[in-house]
Amino acid sequence: MAVESQDINLLANDNRGKSQLEAGFDLLGWDEVTQGSVLPSFDGDATQVAFQKAEERTYSGYNSYTATVASWRVVKPIFNIDVCIDCQNCWVWCPDSSILSRDKQMLGIDYDHCKGCEICSEVCPTNPKSLLMFSEYADIETELSQWPQKQKKEKK
Amino acid sequence: MAVKYDLQEREVWDGNFAASQALRQADVDVVVAYPITPSTPIVENYGNYVANGYINGEFVMVESEHAAMSGCIGASASGGRVSTATSSQGFALMAEVLYQASGMRLPIVLNVVNRALAAPLNVRGDHADMYLGRDSGWIQFGAFNAQEAYDLALCAFKVAENHNVRLPVMVHQDGFITSHTAQNVYPLSDEVAYGFVGDIDPVDDMLDFSRPVTYGAQTEEDWHFEHKAKQHKAILDSTPIIDDIFAEFKKLSGREYKRIEEYDMDDADVCVIGLGSTVESARVAAKEMREEGVKAGVVAIRCFRPFPYEEVREALSGVKSIAVTDRSSPGGAMGAFYNEVAAAMMTSQSRPLVTNYIYGLGGRDISIENIKTIYKEQQANADAGYITTDIQQFTNLRGPHLGFFKTARG
Repeated sequence: MAVESQDINLLANDNRGKSQLEAGFDLLGWDEVTQGSVLPSFDGDATQVAFQKAEERTYSGYNSYTATVASWRVVKPIFNIDVCIDCQNCWVWCPDSSILSRDKQMLGIDYDHCKGCEICSEVCPTNPKSLLMFSEYADIETELSQWPQKQKKEKK
Repeated sequence: MAVKYDLQEREVWDGNFAASQALRQADVDVVVAYPITPSTPIVENYGNYVANGYINGEFVMVESEHAAMSGCIGASASGGRVSTATSSQGFALMAEVLYQASGMRLPIVLNVVNRALAAPLNVRGDHADMYLGRDSGWIQFGAFNAQEAYDLALCAFKVAENHNVRLPVMVHQDGFITSHTAQNVYPLSDEVAYGFVGDIDPVDDMLDFSRPVTYGAQTEEDWHFEHKAKQHKAILDSTPIIDDIFAEFKKLSGREYKRIEEYDMDDADVCVIGLGSTVESARVAAKEMREEGVKAGVVAIRCFRPFPYEEVREALSGVKSIAVTDRSSPGGAMGAFYNEVAAAMMTSQSRPLVTNYIYGLGGRDISIENIKTIYKEQQANADAGYITTDIQQFTNLRGPHLGFFKTARG
């Protein structure tokens, strides 16, 4: 069965993960930083934000949505949509909201914010798992083409 | 609709009651508290006003002072007018959270009834807790009597919530001496008092759902320094706003407050500079010294933070010898207040002699006679042209004379 590799910008707003937290540019002077280090999450009126999809929201430059932390990651999850049963376990457990899901359909990973903690893979109940961890440098398409097979339960 | 509180033109209130009346008249939305002697009646009375319908507020009883200030931060970040009170050990337990409140620029008003820090345990008034807050980024006002505890609490809300300030404010009064001594207090009417303080106009309030905000961001070496510098500038820039608010309060009440108060200073050769209720004793002592031919004056700090360096320098430039009185155990240094005054005078043309007296720890009384002795020593310094005593001395202490550090200018 042919499987497609995930679009890296799946469900992403234009500014998702654009800034590097550790890059040392765009630093402001004491006269420019916000009062009380209070950070507004959105540009403009955000009254309706709860009803908007992530890619429709006007995330501000202070929102972690617009920064990437991908450089910290050493292992990454790869998602196999053909095995997934859309149980949403990974979506519930992910500590960084990096599971991309829409209408209770699991779609992929937000690689700008996933830190490679492996929790999604750990809680995945399918056989074989729909989420497995690989080296950060592994090619998604290659790994999907050689996904492990279903394993029989060992008889006692 | 709140029940009307019956007020006389002249009331007999102690400092705690006066402060709690200011909280009622300012229509404080939330008080989060863990009561501690001697400040207990302030929050107790506020709870009473809520329970009896005099005020539409929320009294939240928590499990510690750390939680009390944390609760105040939550309520203030939500956009409410927030206050509490504490003393001594409770203040010490709050210390961590005080820095959070000022760093987040939240306009909380904290009534501090000054009390010594253990060990040994002591419930009486000295300034150890006040000094513990001096680097916390809060504005600190000092009330010398019950009337001032009331007046300054009202002013404190107006200063803290001003959009060009947005810093928390402490109003200090001395434990028992001020907090439990009933005196004549002339309150404003509820309408005039609230008209002066006004409605709070929240900034970055978390209940504004059109503009969600993050409080408590983490800033490492690439951001923290800029944020703290901006905060320091904000507290130093608050001085003209404090002056304006004091001037506005004078128009309403006839009572004048300045960040530094001066008594008999026009021609003074020697002076005592002090904090808290001791100022009133020093004024009596100065009057008696003048009858004995010594040109004695008193300078008092109304606003301990931001420290009025320029005003202190100006007030003391014509004086020959200054006694700086510290009511806190200095713990291996000159008194903290001495260091502030000495720093101010170091940059003056006249560079007067500056001495340090440690007094009144744990509520030990300082008598008029004690203060007159201090004046006499200053006069001896002025006559000699150098400091004739140890630079730092302990006053009204049992046992052999205790003093440290001799001048090299003699």
